[in-house]
Amino acid sequence: MTTSAPSPIAPDSATVSRPLVNRLGPLAWMRRNLFSTWYNALLTVLIVWVLAQAIPALFHWLISNSLLAPATSQECRLVDGACWAFIQEKYRLILFGTFPYNQQWRPLFAVVLVIAMLLASCDRRMWNRRLGVIWGVGMTMVAILMWGGVLGLDYVENSLWGGLPLTLLLAVVGLAVAFPLSILLALGRRSRLPIIKSLSVTYIELIRGVPLISLLFMASVMLPLFLPVGMNPDKLLRAQIAFIMFAAAYLAEVIRGGLQAIPRGQYEAADALGLTYWQKTVKIILPQALTIVIPPIVNTFIAFFKDTSLVMIIGIFDLMNASKAALNDAEWRGFYRESYLFIAVIYFVFCFFMSKYSQSLERDLKRGHQH
Amino acid sequence: MSTAEAATATDPNAGIIQMIGVHKWYGEFHVLRDINLSVTKGERIVLCGPSGSGKSTLIRCINRLEEHQKGQIIVDGVELTGNLKQIEAVRREVGMVFQHFNLFPHLTILENCTLAPIWVRKEPKAQAEATAMKYLERVRIPEQANKYPGQLSGGQQQRVAIARSLCMNPKVMLFDEPTSALDPEMVKEVLDVMIGLAEEGMTMLCVTHEMGFAKSVANRVLFMDRGEIVEQNEPHEFFNNPQSDRTKLFLSQILSH
Ligand SMILES: Nc1ncnc2c1ncn2[C@@H]1O[C@H](COP(=O)(O)OP(=O)(O)OP(=O)(O)O)[C@@H](O)[C@H]1O
Ligand SMILES: [Mg+2]
Repeated sequence: MTTSAPSPIAPDSATVSRPLVNRLGPLAWMRRNLFSTWYNALLTVLIVWVLAQAIPALFHWLISNSLLAPATSQECRLVDGACWAFIQEKYRLILFGTFPYNQQWRPLFAVVLVIAMLLASCDRRMWNRRLGVIWGVGMTMVAILMWGGVLGLDYVENSLWGGLPLTLLLAVVGLAVAFPLSILLALGRRSRLPIIKSLSVTYIELIRGVPLISLLFMASVMLPLFLPVGMNPDKLLRAQIAFIMFAAAYLAEVIRGGLQAIPRGQYEAADALGLTYWQKTVKIILPQALTIVIPPIVNTFIAFFKDTSLVMIIGIFDLMNASKAALNDAEWRGFYRESYLFIAVIYFVFCFFMSKYSQSLERDLKRGHQH
Repeated sequence: MSTAEAATATDPNAGIIQMIGVHKWYGEFHVLRDINLSVTKGERIVLCGPSGSGKSTLIRCINRLEEHQKGQIIVDGVELTGNLKQIEAVRREVGMVFQHFNLFPHLTILENCTLAPIWVRKEPKAQAEATAMKYLERVRIPEQANKYPGQLSGGQQQRVAIARSLCMNPKVMLFDEPTSALDPEMVKEVLDVMIGLAEEGMTMLCVTHEMGFAKSVANRVLFMDRGEIVEQNEPHEFFNNPQSDRTKLFLSQILSH
């Protein structure tokens, strides 16, 4: 970049002076970046106009005309803007659904525990057996907290669960089970054994050809028809199974993409060293294939995290459905903007974190093997 | 297993690699035609021939990266059939070096070298690392042990690939054009390592167009064309007194530049 005189120390990037060309005055900057061509100019004007329409209205509703303080629903209806009293009144119903009111510290703890475990799992130094133990113990504690029935906790059947813990559990358990399953499916689809291959292909194509909603319906309405009489897994479990089946099929295709990107030489080198199929797969192929597909995997994770909200159509009170339930209160009917904004923020925080984490993970792993 | 044992039992002088009447087809295409080859312990063989003549296919059959359809291949007393256990047994004893190195990019140099000893030979990690360092010193890059393949030059990567194979303590080494993907200035450093190996008595089967290497190192040079071994001889005779017209043509082309 700079052709300075040879110096005994290599100049580090911070001390290298930047070229001055991009220090433009504001007018020149605008001309270059906003009005460089007629259609750029048109777009700029259009966007400014849209923003001018939207921002003041949003500002009025969200801030200047909103009511933050506690209030009754009558007072709220007189306000022009957002009335956060609704959330103050209903947040426990939205967050914890119909879990017995005086026991709601239990789902709260469960959520905190799950989030703590997720955060711990983000650290790559933790990726070993210990993490499995942590999750085993942690999920047992979550189960005890949610169900109870031991240690002096009242039993709470899972039809009463709802809100954020339910959404989190559906997503975390669902993806945790679907992920290894999807790896097996992806490997199966590339297998040279015809039976394994055709089973995997059939499964993936069948599931992908059906919308998640209809799979949830089938799981809740039709599954009992196929199962022996007397065996009647509860609604939540059925939804969880449908969710796992669906996620596994989608993730399998993402992972297959990664497997296909691995050059043949890697397989040959592993074979030539005498590694068995599973050694080759676990030590050589999967680490590389999964690294390649981190972005689409996280994309799928995010999509499925939000798709858990579809369980509401079979009457499970996840975060989304619980917020609808909160709106059913005749006294507070109509505050749907506040309600949906509230849960949108919750969904967003989780999804945004996943996205940020995947970026940093990708960067770390790339730095690992510097291509 | 029984046929393989019989083969070694009846003929104690039988080569460590024996190919008997081997044929291979890719669909309709007849790549290997009646290959008969016996390699004795410590022998150093150079395989040459025009592009597409089947050299790679031949040596890849020896560790079953390719499957032959007819004939017998027996390596160190084990016949290569569909039996996975036997294939793995052969692969443990046969090292292979590829044209494009094929190092594992997600593992460090040291991990590349210790992976197979630890998982295939079940060596303790410390022992595998000590062996790996020994061979990395042999190929003169011990200081790169903790880097990743992507951080090394082509010549260095190929030397690591050789060290990785040696860590398995193989009885035979196969080389498939180990220097042809390298910049000219790096060819020598790799050839030097191979010459060192030859001097120590390693059994080597080497596809290469480095005729200097063939002259100074090989016991025997094989010339292949259209799936057949057309001619074989010790290097001096092979280069100075080629018999078949195809060999003469090939040598005139390859030595002219
Ligand atoms: N997987 C395959 N399917 C079909 N044909 C193949 C396959 N692999 C190789 N061939 C063909 O077999 C022939 C021999 O290939 P091979 O790679 O053994 O040649 P080679 O002597 O090593 O040539 P080169 O010097 O170019 O490496 C070639 O004509 C090639 O096109
Ligand atoms: Mg070749």
